[in-house]
Amino acid sequence: MNDIKSDTKKHKMKSAKIMRDLMTTYYLETMGAADNGKLIAWITSGGPVEPLVAMDILPIYPENHGAMIGASKMGEDFCIKAEEMGYSNDLCSYARADISCAKFKGGPIGGLPAPDMLICCNNICGTVMKWYEIQARYFDVPLFILDTPICHTGYTPEIKKYVRTQIDEYIQFLEKVTKKRLDHDRMAEVGKLSLEAQQLWQQVLNTTSNSPSPMSAFDAFFFLALIVTLRGTTTAVDFYRKLLLEMTQRVKDGISAVPNEKYRLLWDNLPIWYQLKWLSGKFAEHNACLVADTYTSAWCSSMQYIDANNFLDSMAEAYTRIYLNIVIDQMADQIIEMVKFYNADGFVMHSNRSCKPYSFGQLDIQHI
Amino acid sequence: MEEYEIFHHAISDPAMVAEQIKEKQRKIIGYLCSYAPEELIYAAGFHPMRLFSSRAEIFHADNHLQSYCCSLVRGVLEESLAGKFDFLYGAVFPHTCDSIQRLSDIWRLNTGYEFFADVVMPVKLNTKSSHDYMAMVLEKFKKDLEKAVGRDITDRDLNDSILKFNKIRAYLKKLYDLRSDNPGIINGSDMHAIVKGSMIMDRDEVLELLAVITAKLETCDTAAVQSASSSPRIVITGSLCDSPDIYKIIEQAGGVVVGDDLCTGQRWFDGQVPFVDDPIQALTLRYVQRIVCPAKHSSNNARGENIVKLAKEKRADGVIFMLLKFCDPHAFDYPCLKEFLDRAKIKNILLEMDDQALGSGQLATRLETFIHMMG
Ligand code: SF4
Ligand code: SF4
Repeated sequence: MNDIKSDTKKHKMKSAKIMRDLMTTYYLETMGAADNGKLIAWITSGGPVEPLVAMDILPIYPENHGAMIGASKMGEDFCIKAEEMGYSNDLCSYARADISCAKFKGGPIGGLPAPDMLICCNNICGTVMKWYEIQARYFDVPLFILDTPICHTGYTPEIKKYVRTQIDEYIQFLEKVTKKRLDHDRMAEVGKLSLEAQQLWQQVLNTTSNSPSPMSAFDAFFFLALIVTLRGTTTAVDFYRKLLLEMTQRVKDGISAVPNEKYRLLWDNLPIWYQLKWLSGKFAEHNACLVADTYTSAWCSSMQYIDANNFLDSMAEAYTRIYLNIVIDQMADQIIEMVKFYNADGFVMHSNRSCKPYSFGQLDIQHI
Repeated sequence: MEEYEIFHHAISDPAMVAEQIKEKQRKIIGYLCSYAPEELIYAAGFHPMRLFSSRAEIFHADNHLQSYCCSLVRGVLEESLAGKFDFLYGAVFPHTCDSIQRLSDIWRLNTGYEFFADVVMPVKLNTKSSHDYMAMVLEKFKKDLEKAVGRDITDRDLNDSILKFNKIRAYLKKLYDLRSDNPGIINGSDMHAIVKGSMIMDRDEVLELLAVITAKLETCDTAAVQSASSSPRIVITGSLCDSPDIYKIIEQAGGVVVGDDLCTGQRWFDGQVPFVDDPIQALTLRYVQRIVCPAKHSSNNARGENIVKLAKEKRADGVIFMLLKFCDPHAFDYPCLKEFLDRAKIKNILLEMDDQALGSGQLATRLETFIHMMG
């Protein structure tokens, strides 16, 4: 589902294989968690994963799984099953796929290992809260909700206090479930690693400001999995360092993602996982490269708020001020900045009926 | 009853009601959600008015909201952009669902009313920190209002306002109880007009009318309406049911509505604001104790348990799910609520509505079959 246009050998990205292997190792580890006495937490993609890593709990991202189901074209089957369970077809397709996959098993990796706890952060949407309530009932495991009020009027003192208190509640929750204490030194270390990985990821994405661009948003969609899944680990840092090297080398060697890059475009909204190949082919045919997108950059969009020396305090703010949890005029500002930075000729908006917070407001952003 | 007519008249023309209220020197603040702090708005000297869609054809809103957005959100935006809410001084958006959240942005950027406020309430309602946060957010909204009127809202203002809204809530609850005891006493369309009118009209007038209606119903001859006592008893649950036609269909099929869990029904007037020293605390307490909306979280099973409890209390024979198409929070809750009802052996049916569905005979047929099944 990546390096699609690598028709010639030199265009192939070495990191792709490394990444695939890392993801396989990670999924195998989660599959064997129960045998190794490790606990598993399901967590939303925008959720605060660092305390989990620090407490040796294995995080799993059902949304990532939803995307995998989509990419493997098994989505439709699971969505039909979800409909039979009573879930309307108009609901978020990631959620529907995951909910029915939990019950019926199967899917590209044979279903996810069952969770010992659920962590839901509503900074991406309200859907995830409903989704996690459903899974909490189904698996009968404790659910923690990190409630990050949308920053309509900025990060107000009220929001700040509320979210910061919840970070403490979160840690208490984890300590209760694991019956272990959080090691604060380890926490600080994980925080540093997380920030470092985010910085490297941003630098990787930045390499596409070069013309021609060494990679496209399609590659970014692929390489994203590690920052979502393993930020806070040395694995992620090492990987993105290598990826960055590879990209800089490609820039030096003048290797481009799209052979005759003529148009540089930005992409808005979630990737269309089940049509990635087709879509990237279409863009390439017209010598267009999707140089950046609003989706993959969401995992470093609020990096500026993180203080590596004071991670727990600052993560409250960082997790609250991510791309989707702000107002659409601010979203538009960020897009305009991106257009400038990446020297883009156009902006492609994908209106996605399955994701309302991402899609409503697009028509207004278009006008700003 | 002539009092009913006043309500029917008012809901058929909110703009006219608005003009009358403005003559009394109260500026109007609109809202869309049952978590809008009406008591604060009123205490500041404004008139809180719930906004509805008149289900006109969508024309302007298409430029801002895609077709997969619920008809309430699209409809209300349409009215505003078409100039039909020009009587508004402003609007307030409590945090509800993803769609309302984005509507708030679009509204702020595209409508030119003088006043605008977001009240970003917590989504969790079951922790101490969320209660503290709720109180802080209400306090902040109070300041926004004070700035708009240029004076302080005193505790006295707020307590008076709370008293008034508590009275309205108590009357509505009383009416619901009377109806549940004697379903033939008032029909669904009149009850709908009363509840909806109470969100729109001048609150003093509402209070007077509710007092008269309650008195009349309490003393009316129930023997004359006995006929309905053996009809299948129905509870409606869902987002909102703003179509009197539905009640007519149910009644024509021989059923009676005896209660609801609707955003424009009991969820809106459920519970009383308790009297504690600090009125902001008092408001907070009601919000965290009243029946929860699916866009909020109080526990994993709160809504399932509540619908069964309600159905049992009202001795319902059946529950009708009235869901707006494209409404995520309710659609996610439906399978769970259904499971709770099935387990309690309470019959139920799902009706998914958009503004067009009503006109089609299919819906009526399904409802009739459902009710006959219980007859
Ligand atoms: S609604 Fe959108 S943001 Fe939320 S889980 Fe679905 S795809 Fe993700
Ligand atoms: S009906 Fe549902 S989607 Fe529409 S505003 Fe209400 S909660 Fe939101």
